[in-house]
Amino acid sequence: MRSRRRPTGPARVVFAAVVAWLALLLVVPLGALALSVAGSFSAVVAALTSAEALHAIGLSVGVAAVCIVANGIFGVAGALVLVRQRFAGRRLLDALVELPLALSPVMTGLAFLLVFGRNGLLHPALDAVGLQVAFAWPAVLLATLFVTLPFTLREVALVLEELGDSEEQAAATLGATGWQTFWRVTLPNLRSGLVIGTTLTSARALGEFGAVLVVGGGIANRTQTATTFIHSAIEERQEPAAYGMALLLASVAVALLFVLQRDRE
Amino acid sequence: MGIRVDHLVKNFGATRVVNDVSFEVRPGELVALLGPSGGGKSTVLRMIAGLETADSGQVWLDGERVDHLHARERQVGFVFQHYALFRHMTVGENIAFGLSVRGVAPAEQQARVTELLEVMGLRGLGDRMPSQLSGGQRQRVALARALAPSPRLLLLDEPFGAVDAKVREELRRWLRKLHDEVHTTSIFVTHDQDEAFAIADRVLIISQGRLEQSGSPVEILDQPATEFVARFVGDVNVLGGVVRDGRAWVGGVGAEVHGLADGAAVNIVVRAYDLKFWRDDDGPATVRRVTTIGDRVRVEAWLDRADAPIFAQFPRRSSLLHGVEAGCRIAVEITQARAWPTPGAAT
Repeated sequence: MRSRRRPTGPARVVFAAVVAWLALLLVVPLGALALSVAGSFSAVVAALTSAEALHAIGLSVGVAAVCIVANGIFGVAGALVLVRQRFAGRRLLDALVELPLALSPVMTGLAFLLVFGRNGLLHPALDAVGLQVAFAWPAVLLATLFVTLPFTLREVALVLEELGDSEEQAAATLGATGWQTFWRVTLPNLRSGLVIGTTLTSARALGEFGAVLVVGGGIANRTQTATTFIHSAIEERQEPAAYGMALLLASVAVALLFVLQRDRE
Repeated sequence: MGIRVDHLVKNFGATRVVNDVSFEVRPGELVALLGPSGGGKSTVLRMIAGLETADSGQVWLDGERVDHLHARERQVGFVFQHYALFRHMTVGENIAFGLSVRGVAPAEQQARVTELLEVMGLRGLGDRMPSQLSGGQRQRVALARALAPSPRLLLLDEPFGAVDAKVREELRRWLRKLHDEVHTTSIFVTHDQDEAFAIADRVLIISQGRLEQSGSPVEILDQPATEFVARFVGDVNVLGGVVRDGRAWVGGVGAEVHGLADGAAVNIVVRAYDLKFWRDDDGPATVRRVTTIGDRVRVEAWLDRADAPIFAQFPRRSSLLHGVEAGCRIAVEITQARAWPTPGAAT
């Protein structure tokens, strides 16, 4: 890095253009957000410490935490199956895993409603055991699990592909059982994939809006998440609450990116 | 410990990569599997280790049949061409791995690691990560790791293929020395004949999935069993000739051969050092090129009547070279040759 030259000549023009573009798209909006928060700091603090806001933050963080753990486990298992095993339909499964990336979250929410909603497929069964999913926190969790499904699995699969299986073969010739090989050789090597996958999963889980709004309804103190909190604050013209929560989410996102950057180094 | 391989067969899809290979390795022997790349040598090695399943055939280790056992149960050490070191473990942890998965006490593991670091010339590197080592050092760590659990057999797959020429030379000598001290029965795969002949007690030549010949380096060089072996080993001329009166003739030059009928069309295989050239204005060949390679001189000539190239190598100070230069005519004498009937030719 440090040995690279400072831009000169035409490179300077390109450099200036890139900086201007990034400033326009990233720095100005975030700066405006920060400025408006700074302008009404006490109102923002009050809005963010309200019971509603704290509940929304709590739900977002809780859902993100479950997604991280679930995707960590499923991502590693799924990647091992997709990369290391050969079976009919592998390519189809490989493509299906990326479906949540391609689908609009609103459609995802709608699809979940068709399963868990009042007239949904599973509604009678769930009702019989007294479990409400739609417009309750389980729906928020399920929708978020769905949209975050590809990240960890993809990243771990990439790492696995690159690793090859020679270290695992070496472990076998040295007398290691399958589990010993997994815990002591394979899993530690997946670290970088897990870190990136987990970061992307957290960012997506905290930022998800469309799907959780459709299946959860954004009900205050019940299914409202940080993003749906912002949505309703805007609608109710409570600017300090909206800006404050938005800046909070933005800060978390930036912090996550720093974590990622540090891990790469 | 000895090993016996019986009628091993392996197919990859429609391709038979190992075709009925059988051989034995005596306890303490160091054997090379030598042959062209893609000839099935590595697959044989991997089947012995249990990394590949044979389609048929048997593997016996020290009188015990092991081909149904999982790789981890065979107690066979394996050194991979690209090391396959555990990248997130230190050198010491790598070496200790085979002991630690078997539940050996930490103190005992440590003692063995220290001992092996010493033997391998890696003292003081136990806390390094594999990425901080040179290629030659990594290969020695891989070897130490394979030897740590005291395997019944040590297998090395192209062990020096990934290091540069100078280090390779050094590692070869060092492996031979190590084997003389440790005596673990060992088989290594290589496509480099110098490597095989320099280190091995015995060389098995494998080509297209078949075992062509097994013998000491000298036997392989002096009594090649098949035309393939004769051509593969060493720097050789292959000349198309005809047998007459117990000699194979090519372009007016004859070579003594045995067991071939008069009139048979043959391929005469002559090593570059089994030929004599000297200046003779009535000779059958014309010198095209004289090249000095270190302490040897390579003379390339043209056998005019056969319209075929022929070359020989001489020590740099050889008196035969006197007056031999590009464009001059030379006499040719074949001191030793082997001949095989030309495939497809009527005899």
